[in-house]
Amino acid sequence: MSIFVDETTRVVVQGLTGGQGRFHGLRNRDYGTKVVAGVTPGKGGTDVDGIPVFDTVEEAVAVTGATASFVSVPPRFAGDAVLEAAKAGVSFVVCITEFIPAKDEAYFFNLLRDEYPGTRLLGPNCPGIISPGKCNIGITSGDIALPGGPVGIVSRSGTLTYQAIHELSQQGVGQTTCVGIGGDPVPGTSFIDCLAAFEADPETKAVLMIGEIGGADEEKAAAFIAEHFSKPVVAYIAGQTAPPGKKMGHAGAIISGSQGTAKAKMDALAEAGVIVAPNPTAAGEAMVEIVHKLS
Amino acid sequence: MDLFEYQGKQFFARYGIPTSPGGVAETVEESVRQAVAAEFPAVIKAQVQVGGRGKAGGIKIAGNEEEARAHAQAILGMDIKGHLVKRVWVEHASDIAKEYYASYTLDRSAKLYLLMLSAKGGVDIEEVAATDPGAIVRRHIDPVGGVDREMLEEAVESAGIDPEARQGVADVLEALYRAFVEGDADLVEINPLILNTAGKVHALDAKVTLDDNAAFRHPEWAEWAKTVEYDGRERLAKERGLNYIGLSGSVGIIANGAGLAMSTLDVVNQVGGSAANFLDLGGGASADTMAAALEVINTDENVEAVLVNIFGGIVRCDEVAQGILEALNRVELRAPMVIRLDGTNSDLAREILAPHVSPRLVVEGTMLAAARRAVEIVNENKGA
Repeated sequence: MSIFVDETTRVVVQGLTGGQGRFHGLRNRDYGTKVVAGVTPGKGGTDVDGIPVFDTVEEAVAVTGATASFVSVPPRFAGDAVLEAAKAGVSFVVCITEFIPAKDEAYFFNLLRDEYPGTRLLGPNCPGIISPGKCNIGITSGDIALPGGPVGIVSRSGTLTYQAIHELSQQGVGQTTCVGIGGDPVPGTSFIDCLAAFEADPETKAVLMIGEIGGADEEKAAAFIAEHFSKPVVAYIAGQTAPPGKKMGHAGAIISGSQGTAKAKMDALAEAGVIVAPNPTAAGEAMVEIVHKLS
Repeated sequence: MDLFEYQGKQFFARYGIPTSPGGVAETVEESVRQAVAAEFPAVIKAQVQVGGRGKAGGIKIAGNEEEARAHAQAILGMDIKGHLVKRVWVEHASDIAKEYYASYTLDRSAKLYLLMLSAKGGVDIEEVAATDPGAIVRRHIDPVGGVDREMLEEAVESAGIDPEARQGVADVLEALYRAFVEGDADLVEINPLILNTAGKVHALDAKVTLDDNAAFRHPEWAEWAKTVEYDGRERLAKERGLNYIGLSGSVGIIANGAGLAMSTLDVVNQVGGSAANFLDLGGGASADTMAAALEVINTDENVEAVLVNIFGGIVRCDEVAQGILEALNRVELRAPMVIRLDGTNSDLAREILAPHVSPRLVVEGTMLAAARRAVEIVNENKGA
């Protein structure tokens, strides 16, 4: 099994006629993903390499039965695109768009939470999601992933996600689903959301988690793992020696307190029983060892 | 983008937040003119983006033209914690009765906006947070619903704002919220927000951080962007579209993706080295981007080895290898380079690089091995 997306997922690409949307949308289809529609206002009735394009997500859903959306539109249109998908009843929205204003993100995150609880947003500014052999939405290179599980991956960083997938695949360790939640201030899907889904997925036997400095999502994940997560977790936190990030005046420092540093995150995770690795290679090795012990 | 105080006050003025009348000056004579216009007593404030300028002598009150001239002379050109004072803000000195604190920011953890308000303003608010956390009232705000007057008045009362200032503080909070949201700020902070002896509430300082991602809907920001200070290398990197942060170590780092770049810093540190920079090429790694990155790193004299760490996903390693060779034809690199390419077509990439391998161009298979090799090169240099 897998989480969030699988072989039954039917994808509409918002922005399919744009350069990025076309490139990644067609790559996703080549991987075997059911890319059933595209949406670009004003280009309804055309097609991209045989994929029908509609003016609105609502039409695309009505005609093609799309269940998920891949949002690849410029930052100024991204918020409206995400909300359009939610209004059309799409249950899983992947937004890869980078550089979305924080106010827009905070607004549509809360609007979805309050009014469209049936829609899960992944991203923005994320690499997407891949359930190897079944469905790939976003910019991950499908070639590096290995189907069959038993490892679930959840990560805030794009290239480190690929790195992690690659290291496991090379050792013959497959993945159930790899989720890139993105590194923006208000991610639609958090570590906890993914951990809860992995806990419920019988084929996922262990989880590799890649965090970054900043925010408090990793600390919250640690608390969740201690309370509700029964499977082995290996974690790596990037930025242990990174320069202090942009300081958000005094207000930012007060909210986060000691939270947000790599050390605070690593300590919290270790306390929750997670195996915390010093670098991505060590994290991969630790996970391979766990998987070999499981079988 | 962090605004200087005078820019923050210009920003506040657009949203109707009251400030003292004043103006900005870059010369002593202009400072005196501004002081005369603001009417004495006037306060002359160094414009630097660092705390503690008052203690450093960067804020002075002048009672007449002579004093204004003397203070401006002393403050302009002053070095405050490594920040050169290029401008002063001159405003009419306020008769302060009370000092408060107010700010709005995004609470990433709650995914909501956060209002912080305190009757203990005018001092280091982090200190207040640490020693007397109850003195700061915190209210979460749902971005969809926004603020309403009732909620603000409740916060004002809970914070213990003096009765005669409550109306004025609530007005400022209402306007400040508009500035925060419509103005696309990551942070708006007033410390102190004062009640003057005439019974009026207004902002005596302004700390504003704008969200660079929202610049497309704020053409008016262009003027403020001109005064952003970068060091020479950061400016060069920005012009080339690279995400670069200068550090003080000796291993120059080039990676694709912020996470991988941060991770490279970690690994270099773990094997006993230190990074000279953080440099994220972004998703692509074309010859142009690579050449730009090498040019930027080449201007850093502390760099004794360059570590290129690329993971090829959609960008194929063989393309990156070609890009590196082409970039090396264009840029004569001062320091030896260690390359680690992994991911799609990495075998092909190693074949492409093989004929060029030398003590100045080393290829390693893993991130850890590449970091070790780069640090060895630095240490060999030191030994020689």
